[in-house]
Amino acid sequence: MSGMRMLLTKEVLRFWRVAFQTIAAPVLTALLYLLIFSHVLQGRVNVYENVSYTAFLIPGLVMMSVLQNAFANSSSSLIQSKITGNIVYVLLPPFSHWELFAAYVGGAVMRGLMVGLGVLLVTLSFARLGLHNIVWVLVFAVLGAAILGALGLIAGMWAEKFDQLAAFQNFIILPATFLSGVFYSIHSLPVFWQSVSHANPFFYMIDGFRYGFFGISDLSPWLSLGIVGVTFFIVSAWAMILLARGYKLRG
Amino acid sequence: MTLPAIFIHQLTKQYPKLRALDEVSLTIEQGEFFGLLGPNGAGKTTLISILAGLVRASSGQAFILGHDVVKDFQAARRALGVVPQELVFDPFFTVREALRFQSGYFGLRNNGVWIDEILEGLGLSDKATTNMRALSGGMKRRVMVAQALVHKPPVIVLDEPTAGVDVELRQTLWRFIRQLHAQGRTIVLTTHYLEEAEELCSRIAMLKQGHVVALDSTSNLLKRFTGLQLMLRINASLPPAMHSRLLSGRGIAHERLRLRITSYDEAAQILSDLRALGIGIDELEVQKADLEDVFLQVMAQSSHQENVVEKVLG
Repeated sequence: MSGMRMLLTKEVLRFWRVAFQTIAAPVLTALLYLLIFSHVLQGRVNVYENVSYTAFLIPGLVMMSVLQNAFANSSSSLIQSKITGNIVYVLLPPFSHWELFAAYVGGAVMRGLMVGLGVLLVTLSFARLGLHNIVWVLVFAVLGAAILGALGLIAGMWAEKFDQLAAFQNFIILPATFLSGVFYSIHSLPVFWQSVSHANPFFYMIDGFRYGFFGISDLSPWLSLGIVGVTFFIVSAWAMILLARGYKLRG
Repeated sequence: MTLPAIFIHQLTKQYPKLRALDEVSLTIEQGEFFGLLGPNGAGKTTLISILAGLVRASSGQAFILGHDVVKDFQAARRALGVVPQELVFDPFFTVREALRFQSGYFGLRNNGVWIDEILEGLGLSDKATTNMRALSGGMKRRVMVAQALVHKPPVIVLDEPTAGVDVELRQTLWRFIRQLHAQGRTIVLTTHYLEEAEELCSRIAMLKQGHVVALDSTSNLLKRFTGLQLMLRINASLPPAMHSRLLSGRGIAHERLRLRITSYDEAAQILSDLRALGIGIDELEVQKADLEDVFLQVMAQSSHQENVVEKVLG
């Protein structure tokens, strides 16, 4: 068995052992968003014809949770082992940079998908949600989680303190996911903010993911897939270059 | 010809403000029990970190059993087991899990028998299912040794494994390491306890400020540097002819003096000379040099040499 698979197993066990914190808590947070926003906005906002606001909101919340938790997983795993020093046990074995990448990003994708599935299950009873095409749903969920897992890997390598990582998470990842059309269609925004949203790769992840459920979206899912695919390629290449160089890992 | 266990060629590590290693070359043969000594900041840990791939050298090369630690890092790391100096552990897992993971990272499956053997040898069997967080410092240290051994490396490097560890653990540890050495593994050890190095290591390199300042078999080092010492207390001042032998003391009456001698015959000669001068002996003892003396002398000598070099160059 390859070392990479064992590292992936460890990455999954690491969050699974504290599942209350890593899975149940974000599911509850998403559920609270749903309860509050759907209570306030249901019947007032109608984004797509024949789709209730609550139904519109659910895929957005699912994807937002997938993305945020994928980022949290790889970044926190890395910074914790860097700060406690046990990263040495990952640096001593003969891992290649792509094996490290695959294991950390794989663990992040697993956590993202588990949380996403959890959010989907607890919110399903609140609205009738169609399923237009599960392939789009899975493709965007996995690619989105992988992008955020790779970003988490980069942030985890870069950060030297929890504080720096928290800044990355709260000032970049959180606003970018919140402002990506989770709670609204960007067509409802003024033109300027529409174009700003178009520069946010998270918007395409959520729009494409939503297409899988409703068969309608702000943009063609193919266009979103193209942009998300290119983003994945760039972020992964960046992460792998840093890993190969041992950026802030090997002195 | 067999490959050396460790071959280091002109290895240099330059940090922004510090040259941690300065063109260090060193060969350690297979099956050696080798000691790496030096004060803090001498470059011992930097050297080990380069071997382990944790730090990259600025220039020079290092090989583990013929595998370049950079170009052929996968084979080099498989051949090497390192016990880091800092006490580190993963708080999420039990002892057995930590070992199973570490073993798996090296691509080994079904390694339970060997893991059991290591646990047994290090007195950890009853702690196998204990969470790492719940272990005492000494027990964590044992797990770190175990983690370095899971992939059965032929070359084992221990970076101050007994720092801050109680006597019982030290003995368990050395018994186990000796056993590994007897099975043909190469052991490299850094330690602050000089008697430990003296007892265990057959060859020793002393590092100071990134340079190897002494490299020899332990017995040669002991011979070369001090030989014997004569401890004396006499009822008169030391005859001027013997002052050149003084290692400590000023040579006044009733003071404990240490004289450098190279053989027991010399001690007999000194005693008969004193008697001929009518000087009485209150106390007398002949001591063999220990590594601590050698170490202090080498460190003092090398700074003397450096001063000379600086004067010449300056």
